[in-house]
Amino acid sequence: MSMERIQLTPKDLPYLVRWHEERCTGCGRCTAVCPNRAITAAVRAVRVVESDGPSPTPMVRRKVRIAVTQVIDPARYCCGCGICAQVCPNAAIEPEFNPQHKFQFFANRHGEPYKRGGRRNDPGPSLLDRIKFVRISMLTDPALDSSRHQFRVRTLLGRILPPEEMPLAVDGNGRLVVDRSSGRFVPPVREIFPIMIGSMSVGALSPPMWEGLAMGVAYLNEVLGMPVVMCSGEGGVPPRLLRSRYLKYFVLQIASGYFGWDEIVRALPEMETDPAAVEIKYGQGAKPGDGGLLMASKVVRLIAKIRGVPELVDLASPPTHQTMYSIEESVAKMIQAMSMAFGFRVPVYPKISGTTTARAVLNNLVRNPYAAALSIDGEDGGTGAAYNVSLDKMGHPIASCIRDCYLDLVAQGKQNELPLIAAGGVGKRGHLAANAAALIMLGASAVSVGKYIMQAAAGCLGDELNRCNLCNTGRCPRGITTQDPRLYRRLDADTVAERVVEIFKAADAELKKIFASMGRSTELPIGMSDGLGIDDPAAAKRLKIAYVC
Amino acid sequence: MCRLAALSCETYASPIEPILALETMKEGHDGSGLGLLLKDLGGDFEPLKGMPILSGVCPEQQLSELDRLLAQYGFTLVHEWTPRYRPTAGIQQRGRYFARAYKYPAEYKDKSVKEKEDLLLQVRLRLRELGENGFGWYVHSFYPDVIMFKEVGDPEQVAEAFGLDDSRLRARVLFAQGRQNTNYAIDLYACHPFFIQGFATMTNGENTAFVPIREFLMSRGVPGYTGYRSDSEVFTHILHYVVRRLGLPLPYYKDVITPLSAEERIRRPDAEALALLQMTLRRLCVDGPNCVIGVVPDGTVFMVQDTKKLRPGVVGGRRGKVGLASEVCGLDRMIPDRDPAHDLYPMRYQMVLVQPGATGVAVWDQRHGTAVAATLETETELLMAESGV
Repeated sequence: MSMERIQLTPKDLPYLVRWHEERCTGCGRCTAVCPNRAITAAVRAVRVVESDGPSPTPMVRRKVRIAVTQVIDPARYCCGCGICAQVCPNAAIEPEFNPQHKFQFFANRHGEPYKRGGRRNDPGPSLLDRIKFVRISMLTDPALDSSRHQFRVRTLLGRILPPEEMPLAVDGNGRLVVDRSSGRFVPPVREIFPIMIGSMSVGALSPPMWEGLAMGVAYLNEVLGMPVVMCSGEGGVPPRLLRSRYLKYFVLQIASGYFGWDEIVRALPEMETDPAAVEIKYGQGAKPGDGGLLMASKVVRLIAKIRGVPELVDLASPPTHQTMYSIEESVAKMIQAMSMAFGFRVPVYPKISGTTTARAVLNNLVRNPYAAALSIDGEDGGTGAAYNVSLDKMGHPIASCIRDCYLDLVAQGKQNELPLIAAGGVGKRGHLAANAAALIMLGASAVSVGKYIMQAAAGCLGDELNRCNLCNTGRCPRGITTQDPRLYRRLDADTVAERVVEIFKAADAELKKIFASMGRSTELPIGMSDGLGIDDPAAAKRLKIAYVC
Repeated sequence: MCRLAALSCETYASPIEPILALETMKEGHDGSGLGLLLKDLGGDFEPLKGMPILSGVCPEQQLSELDRLLAQYGFTLVHEWTPRYRPTAGIQQRGRYFARAYKYPAEYKDKSVKEKEDLLLQVRLRLRELGENGFGWYVHSFYPDVIMFKEVGDPEQVAEAFGLDDSRLRARVLFAQGRQNTNYAIDLYACHPFFIQGFATMTNGENTAFVPIREFLMSRGVPGYTGYRSDSEVFTHILHYVVRRLGLPLPYYKDVITPLSAEERIRRPDAEALALLQMTLRRLCVDGPNCVIGVVPDGTVFMVQDTKKLRPGVVGGRRGKVGLASEVCGLDRMIPDRDPAHDLYPMRYQMVLVQPGATGVAVWDQRHGTAVAATLETETELLMAESGV
């Protein structure tokens, strides 16, 4: 029996459209703008009482009126984005979340599992948000003044040699010198702001969104002196940027589809500067163990050119790099090949999904002198397109994954040598700096954020109740994840850039507030776990931090 | 906050001098303990310069076991100092307090200093482990020409109870710490100064970066980087790691614990190498608030501060006798006949270095990486060559 033959009721749908007839002017903007065609203009008969004469002579009449009605079709469900409410000139329409909905039972139409973009739908409090900073400097150890004292909120991205292996010597004057005669290779290391913008590709993002991020990052670096870096995502980099001096603020991502790398490799001899780093994507938090897909409708001329592919074809990145048999091989080949391509001047590091096997990956990287870091993306990471089951049910929370990896490094004395980058759910509920600080104090050297940036810089409409999350359809009503000019003209690149700057300035101030109260300012308090507490004994035990209540 | 008093002298001095300085600064400590370090010994130990001295306290009933263990390692007891104990309210006698000079095992007679030092450390760690696991003794140091004494109680009362004005105890470098028991249960092993292979430090203030530093040190694979009953013990081990393990000149200790920013580093002639050093040792950065007073094997005594909170610390004196104290009243007590106008209050970029025998004092400036001789007396310049620092 086909799904269409099942009689659904409005209460089965995730969002109910509340339309107020008395305020509706019938302008039609809401129906025109709805990304899912979930509402439609209709007519309906109404009973009205009217009086036409000079004295009250009420008469009941039947009339036909224009109405805006919700379509009861799972293919055209109201996603709750609320863009109808935004365009309505008279506040006549709005979606309302329906907690009784049964969408999950019928979203898998035509034998196709439900696919979407967005985030893991988990409206509960995030574990990162439950972590508190409990070691407050008081009297015995005065707190610092975050607005007066000098702070260094910076981290290092790149492989750092242990002290005994650094090519250092003392000359006859008792002065430290670099011992060039040792011939030892000192891997490239970048000093960066500890919050990075995570991988979101040209193609997945609309031109104004990607440009806005890039402009914001350039402004932060060039004008404010904040070394914020941004990952390109898998999809290359616009050719002019590749050959510009701004490339140094970008981490180039290579993933299993290798999209964009023809252009990057061609640009190598013409590059004015090196990129900040190269990220090799083996996995991501939102769809662990799954590949990527840029749907054909998004592969417009510009995107096809940058990625080096034909226009309007589905671009699938396989779940794994097809040339890889084993981690040894991937480490040996990919990291060293990428390092070599950039003359060993650029840190190259892999990114994996959060997993119980992360430590095995880590320990392999520890033994590879060219591995510059390990980025781990936890289950709360967002994406442009994934199976709902991957988003909701697959993956590993970031906190314990990072903690385990950090403690593994400590056990080997390598905690300063291989930086860990934590991602997936950082700033999930808006607490960017607090979540970043918690992960840093659990052992991360830096954090990477994507979803938070979409929300805060561009007003992404999605939330943890499956609001909107249409990124995979190319019909993003905000203009963030679409290549349709009619949609992305809603987004202004300059405004995005301004917001990026505001976000990072605010996060910097908040990080200083946190670190100042804990008496830290000179170096990032990586692994300062005695500063953390949580009101859950099991989580405290697992993370080896204090249980507080 | 703990109070610190140290003396570097040309002629031997009594440990009671810095202890009385602690008494002057008493307002700051709650009298929960005294830690004492004597180096470059006079008195009874003057003729025994090369012999390792084991300092500690042992329950009477375990003395024979301690003797047996040391004999097993091949050490021969040459001389023993034990204090006379006078029962005093609030001061508990744990057993026999001792400083025992030994002859090295015969097979170590011709071994290098480093090999001997490693043996002494190994024995001390083994003794400590046994002491903590049933034998009940404490060992604070096992090293030539160094005596340590630690006990819980008001420092002056402890000194009286154990007769620490004993004429048999004299030294040219003397450290005393009056313990403020803020965070940790009273434990002799939590009491400064801390010592490892000729390096010792004592600190006031708390070390907010303690946990990452401890993790870094403990994962170096260096025997002796253990214990950490106090967050200040890491200062000693960082010093040992930087100077002994990595072989860096002493001022780089300041660069490691209070690293310069990239902008500040530019002025240093060794900026390129320093950047690499800071990178690889960034986990050893402290954020204070701390004033660290330390000594290295050649007898150089130093004072260094964290970069922001600047726990009080002052250095002053005259040729042949220089005091380092956490408060100026302590310095006044130790060296009243100095010119206080020349007292040095090290600030964020400075490290004060007192030459062995207090023959000179220099202030090393981290911004430029150079040392400038300081004048402690109006009429005589006490110089220290830059290159010698």
